[in-house]
Order: sequence, then structure tokens, then C-alpha cells
Amino acid sequence: MFHWIHKYGSPKYFYHFSRRWTPWIGGLTALLLVVGLYWGLVVAPADYQQGDSYRIMFVHVPAAWMSMFVYMAMAVSGVIVLVWRMKVAEAFMRASAPLGASFTFLALVTGSLWGKPMWGTYWVWDARLTSELILLFLYLGFIALQSAVEDRRTAARAGAVLALVGVVNIPIIHYSVEWWSTLHQGATVTKIDAPSITLDMLLPLLIMAVAFTTYFVTVALMRARVEILEAEANSNWARELADKTGD
Amino acid sequence: MRHAFAAVLRRDLTLALRHRSELANPLVFFIVVVTLFPLALGPEKDILMRVAPGIIWVAALLAATLSMDRMFRMDFEDGSLEQLLLTHHPPSLLVLAKIVAHWLVTGLPLILVSPLLALLLHLPLKALPTLLASLALGTPVMSLVGAIGVALTVGLRRGGMLLTLLVLPLYVPVLIFAAGAVDNATAELPVAGQLYFLAALLVLALTLAPIATAASLRISLG
Repeated sequence: MFHWIHKYGSPKYFYHFSRRWTPWIGGLTALLLVVGLYWGLVVAPADYQQGDSYRIMFVHVPAAWMSMFVYMAMAVSGVIVLVWRMKVAEAFMRASAPLGASFTFLALVTGSLWGKPMWGTYWVWDARLTSELILLFLYLGFIALQSAVEDRRTAARAGAVLALVGVVNIPIIHYSVEWWSTLHQGATVTKIDAPSITLDMLLPLLIMAVAFTTYFVTVALMRARVEILEAEANSNWARELADKTGD
Repeated sequence: MRHAFAAVLRRDLTLALRHRSELANPLVFFIVVVTLFPLALGPEKDILMRVAPGIIWVAALLAATLSMDRMFRMDFEDGSLEQLLLTHHPPSLLVLAKIVAHWLVTGLPLILVSPLLALLLHLPLKALPTLLASLALGTPVMSLVGAIGVALTVGLRRGGMLLTLLVLPLYVPVLIFAAGAVDNATAELPVAGQLYFLAALLVLALTLAPIATAASLRISLG
């Protein structure tokens, strides 16, 4: 176990590992996206209540899943940063934050675009929407903290604490918001009695979810690689690399 | 250990009492912000009564956040914070003493002045005990959670704006339950549920926040 951590935890090893794997995972992402989008947007049947506008779900639902998944991934890296001070985990955590914020933003935008024809309004103060919005604020706070602290390693450890505080708070925020909106809202608009999803819709949705995950892995690996190069700019292997590629 | 806690508490209270003008600032801010709302919304009694719990709570939240930055900054700048953490006493305990002192000089006055503001906003008298209870349970949570944010930003030159960005989303549960409790009290509905939730949040924050704050201070001090 510790051997494994030392091997993969070394920035040099991670850099080469990430470089080797990025094209493969990226290729898989492209393939899955093409299949999932074609299946979801063209092949899958139209919904009998919502018509074609439900198809935005194939982007919206994976984005919403990813918005929470990425925060969890950041919190797990945060634990590793605080306990083992692993540089790779620091890079991964810092690299993930803007991606998570983008997924959250995408989920909010697609949700509100869907909400206009379905609910007749771009925004309702529904529990899920509100807690997603607060999740976006948490991401923005993390990013702001990262850019405010000048020392890279201090910033990463401060961010790790913030991510952990956020993870403790997310369920509390989620349930309190849920409680609040059920208190205030009379007839809820969200409980459309949808039929349980058919396989024709579920499969493309799952493919899209996998595609979003591999997309996240690809881009996080690339971003983490840049983070590591910046952090290790003075180390021997990074200099050798720069000499070899000539830039 | 109890001695160390008392010593830090006494020191911080003494320091605060010797800067009396600064003590009044959050309080004046609180009152001024609440005064702005009737000017913006109009003086109709019905509207004010309806929005009073929300206004008082949002204003309390902002006042608490703005006064938060003072919690560690002066001690950080003159180096005494580092000395405190170098002692053999558990840092989370010393941090808790500082948080308690901060709450006594900023949170407690907010509670004491809130009946006046409730009167200005025509909040029914029967909702006043709930308002006081929600403030008594909610403002310590804000001090405790805010302390983590202050500890993370204390080393930065302009941490104030960043601090609000970090901690305001974390205040959402407090705001929901506290304002909800006062709302229910105005409508003569039961309020015990919300107050229990606030108490639970307080216990949770009291347990975890000092540890997180001490860890953050260590990181900020490098």
C-alpha cells in the first residue's frame, strides 16, 4: 500500500503516467460522448409528456452528478493532502475545483433552460436548485482562496481544510434547504409524476454519465500535469524535460 | 488547562474593553442596516411585519461576518498568536477561548439590541422570545464557523472580502432555521423543531470548529 503511494505519489512518475494515459482516456471520452449524444438526442424516443425538451436531461443529469462527485473527489484528496502531504493530491485537488464549478454551472444553466418550457419559469427556489447554487458558491470560495494564497503548498492545505468543512456542511445545507422549501412552497412544481425511466432513455443517460466522468478524469489529469510542472519547475526532472522538448 | 482557557478569555476581553469604540461598530452597523429596509420597502406595517425575521437575521449575519476579521488579525500581526500556539496547551482549547471572547463582545450585544429592532419592524411581541432564543443559539454557531474562515485568511493582506465569500454559504442552515423559527412564532406555530435544529448545529460546531480552526491557524502560520 505504502509502496504504491510512494510510486504514484511522486510528481515525476505521475507526470509520465498522466501523459501516457491522457490520450487513451480522452479518446474513450470522445467515443462515449458521440455514442451517448447520438443515442440520447436522436435515437431515444420522445417523452409522452415533455416531448423533445426532456433531452436536455442527457447533459443536465450527468453534470449535476459530476458537480457532487468532483466535490467528493476534492475532499478525499484534501484528506490525503492533510495526512500524507502528497504533492500529486494537491495538484489534483487544485485542478479539480474549476472543473467542478463548471459542472455545477452547467447543471444550473441546463436546468433553468429546461425549466422555462416545463415550469414556465427559469428559476424556482426549489430545494435542489438552491443547494446546487450554494454548492457553486462553495466552489467559488475554494477557487478564490486558491488564488489569494500565494504559496502553492499553503494554499493547497488551506483548500483541503475548506473542502473538508464544505463536505461536512453539504448534507446539512442540503437537508435544511429541503426542509425550508417544503415549509414555504405550497403545490410543488417539481413532482411531475414521471413514468419510471425506460431502458431506451436510461442507457444513453448512463453512457453520458460515464463520458462526463472520463472527461473529468482527462481534463483533471491534464490540469494536474500543468500544476505539477509549475510547482516542480526547479527540480531536475522538470528541467530535463524542458531541455528535451526545447521549450 | 482550565487555567489556560480562562487566561486567554480574560486577556481577549480586557483587550476588547480597552478599544471601546471598536466594540460599538458592529452594533451600529446592525442597527443601520435594519433601518435601511423600511426606507427601501416603505413603512407599511404589514410588509415590515412579514419580512422582519428575515431582515433582522440577515443583518445579524452581515454584522457578525464583518466583525469576524478582528478575531485573530491583531494577534497574528503582533506575533502573539504564534506564541499561543507554541504553548503546551491544546490549540483547539485556546482557539475556543478566543472564539468565546469574540462572541461575548460581538454576538451578545446583537442579542441585547435586537428587541429594539423587533419593535421598529413591528414584530409581534409574542415572537420576541423566539427571536432571542434563535439569536442566542445561532450567533455562537456563526462565530464558531466564521473562525475557520478567519483562520484560513488571516495571513492574507486583504482577507476581508474573501472571508465573506468563504463563510456566508456555510451560514445558510443557521439562517434557514433561525428565520424560520421566528417566522413560525409570528404565525403562532410551534417553533421547537427549528430551535432543536439550531441547538444541534451549535453542538456540532462547538465540537468540530475549534479543531478545524486550530488546524487552519497552523497552516496560515506556516
